Amino acid sequence: MSLIGPLLLATFLFCVGIYGIIARRNAVLVLMSVELMLNAVNINLVAFQNVLFPGEEAVSGLMFALFIIGVAAAEVGVGLAIVFNMFRNRATVNVDDVDLMRW
Amino acid sequence: MSIDFLAIAPEIALTVTALIVLAADLALRGEAKQLVNPIAAIGTVVAIVFTVILYGSERVTFGTMFVVDDYAVVFKLLFLGTLLAILGISWRFFAEGRYFQGEYYFLLLTAFIGMLIMPSARDLLLLFVALETVSIPAFVMAGMRKRDLYSSEAALKFFLIGVLSVALMLFGMSLVYGFTGSTDLVEIAAALDGETASVPLLLGSVMLVIVGFGFKVSAVPFHFWAPDTYAGAPMPVAAMLAVASKAAGFAGLIAIAFIAFEPVADVWGPVLGILAIITMTIGNLIALQQRDLIRLLAYSSVAQAGYMLIPFGLARTGSTAVNEAAVQAVLFYLVAYAVMNIGAFGVAIAVNRRTGLRSIRDYAGLASRNTLLGLGMTVFMLSLGGAPLTVGLWAKFAILQAVAVEITLFGVILAGFLVLNSVIAFFYYLRVVKTIWMDEAREGMPALQPGFNLSVVVVILMAGTVLLGVLPGLVTDYSSVVSLLATS
Repeated sequence: MSLIGPLLLATFLFCVGIYGIIARRNAVLVLMSVELMLNAVNINLVAFQNVLFPGEEAVSGLMFALFIIGVAAAEVGVGLAIVFNMFRNRATVNVDDVDLMRW
Repeated sequence: MSIDFLAIAPEIALTVTALIVLAADLALRGEAKQLVNPIAAIGTVVAIVFTVILYGSERVTFGTMFVVDDYAVVFKLLFLGTLLAILGISWRFFAEGRYFQGEYYFLLLTAFIGMLIMPSARDLLLLFVALETVSIPAFVMAGMRKRDLYSSEAALKFFLIGVLSVALMLFGMSLVYGFTGSTDLVEIAAALDGETASVPLLLGSVMLVIVGFGFKVSAVPFHFWAPDTYAGAPMPVAAMLAVASKAAGFAGLIAIAFIAFEPVADVWGPVLGILAIITMTIGNLIALQQRDLIRLLAYSSVAQAGYMLIPFGLARTGSTAVNEAAVQAVLFYLVAYAVMNIGAFGVAIAVNRRTGLRSIRDYAGLASRNTLLGLGMTVFMLSLGGAPLTVGLWAKFAILQAVAVEITLFGVILAGFLVLNSVIAFFYYLRVVKTIWMDEAREGMPALQPGFNLSVVVVILMAGTVLLGVLPGLVTDYSSVVSLLATS
C-alpha cells in the first residue's frame, strides 16, 4: 500500500482544521477544527506505522494515536466547559466578542 | 517489564496528595476547607524528600522512557520549591475569596505532576502527555472565577491558543516519527544523525514540534495569550503560569532540542536565536507602556523567556561543550527567575487581595505603608532587571558565559541584544521602584495585611535573591555537576 493516499488525506484534514481556526468565529466550530487537526495527526501516525514500519515489536505509532484520542477527549471536555461558562456569562460564543482585554 | 517505583516516587507522592486533597475537600465544611492547603504542603514536602533521596543516582524505568538523573532531580526540586512558594501565597487569597478551594489545590497538584514528569521524559509520547497534564488543569485554573468575565475570557484565550499549538506540535511529532521510525528521543537523534542531506519537510516538522513548546514558554509569535491570561486569571494561578509552567516548557524544549534534534542543531539554533531576539525586544517594548502591574509582569516574563532562549540560539551540532554550557545557563536562569518572579507576584497578591487594586499607581508609597512588602518588591524588581547584588545579575552573566564558550558572530549579536534589552527593561522596573519609594500614598488606602504565610514566602525569596546574588556558587557549583548530554 502506498503512503500517498493517507498522507494526502491527513494533510487535507490538517489544512481544513487550520482554515477553520482562522476563519470560524464560533468557539464551538473552532473546537471542531482543532479536532480535525488532531485526527489528521492520528491518520499520519497509523499510516506510518502500518506502511513504513509494519510488524515491528514497538507499536509506538499506534500507541501514540491512542493517547492522542484520549487526551483530545479530555481537552475538548475542558474546552466545552470553558465555552459554556463563557456563554453563561456573556450570552455569546463568538470569539470576536471576547475582547475585554487588549494590549 | 518491572517498574522502578523509587524513580517515580515524587510523582506518586504528589498524585496521592492530590487525591487526598480532593477527598478532604469533600469531607471538610465551611472554614475548615482551607486546611487542604497545609495538606498539599505536607505532600509536597514528602515529594521533596523522595527527590532528594534520588539525587546522585541514575535510574531508568518504563523501558527507556523515564530517566531520573541529576539533571532531572534539579529540575524537580525547582518545581517542588515553586509549588511550596505558590501554596504559601495562595492560602489567604483563596480562603478569603469565594473560590472552590479543594478543586484549585487538586488542579494545582495535578499540573505539577505533569511538570515533574517533564524533565524525566525521554520519549515524544511521554513529553506530550506531560505537556497536556500541565496544560489542561491550567486551562481550568485560569477560569476559576466562574462568574468573572475577565477570568472566563482569560481561560478561553489560553485554551484556544493552547490547543492550536498542541495540534501543530503533534503534527510535527507524527512526521518526525514517520522519518525516524521511533518516538524515543535518543533513537530519533541516532536516526537523524544518519540523514546526510537535510530534508525540508523534516526540518519543517522539527520546527512544528518546537512551536508547541514555544507556546508554553510564551515566546513571541505565540505569546498573545500570556498578558490576557495572567491579568484575568486569579493571581496565584498567574504566578504558576509565569514561573512553573514556563519552566516546564523549557524542560521539554531542552529535552527535545538538545537530545532528539541535536543533529540538526545548525538549523533550529539560528531560528531560536532570532526568536529570542524578537521575544525579548517586543516583550520589553510593550512592557514599557503598561499601567497594570500584572500585565507589566506578564510582558516582563515574555522578555525573560527571550533571555532564556538565547542559549538555544548558540547550540551547535556535535559541539558538546557549547551545548552543555547552554543547558546549564538556561537551568540557572530558571532557578533565578523562579525566585524573583514568584516573590514579585507574592507582593502583588498581598496588595491586591482585599482591595482588588492592580494598577502601578496603587503601589505609590508602598514602602511607607508596609516596609517589608515595599522592600521585597524593590529587591525583586531590581533582580528582574539584573542589578548587582541580586541573583538576576548572575543569571544574565551565566548566559553571557555560555556565549563566551565559543565566540561566534551570531553569539555576539545575541549578547548585544541581551545587554541592550536589559537597559530597556531597567526603565520600567525602576519606575515601579520609584513609585514604591518616592510617590506619596493616596489618602484612604486600606491597611495591608499580607498574612503570615505570604510574609514568610516573601522574606525567604527576598533572602534567596540577595544570598544568591552574593554567593551565586550555591547554585552554579551544583548545576555544573549536572550534565544532561553526557548521560543521554
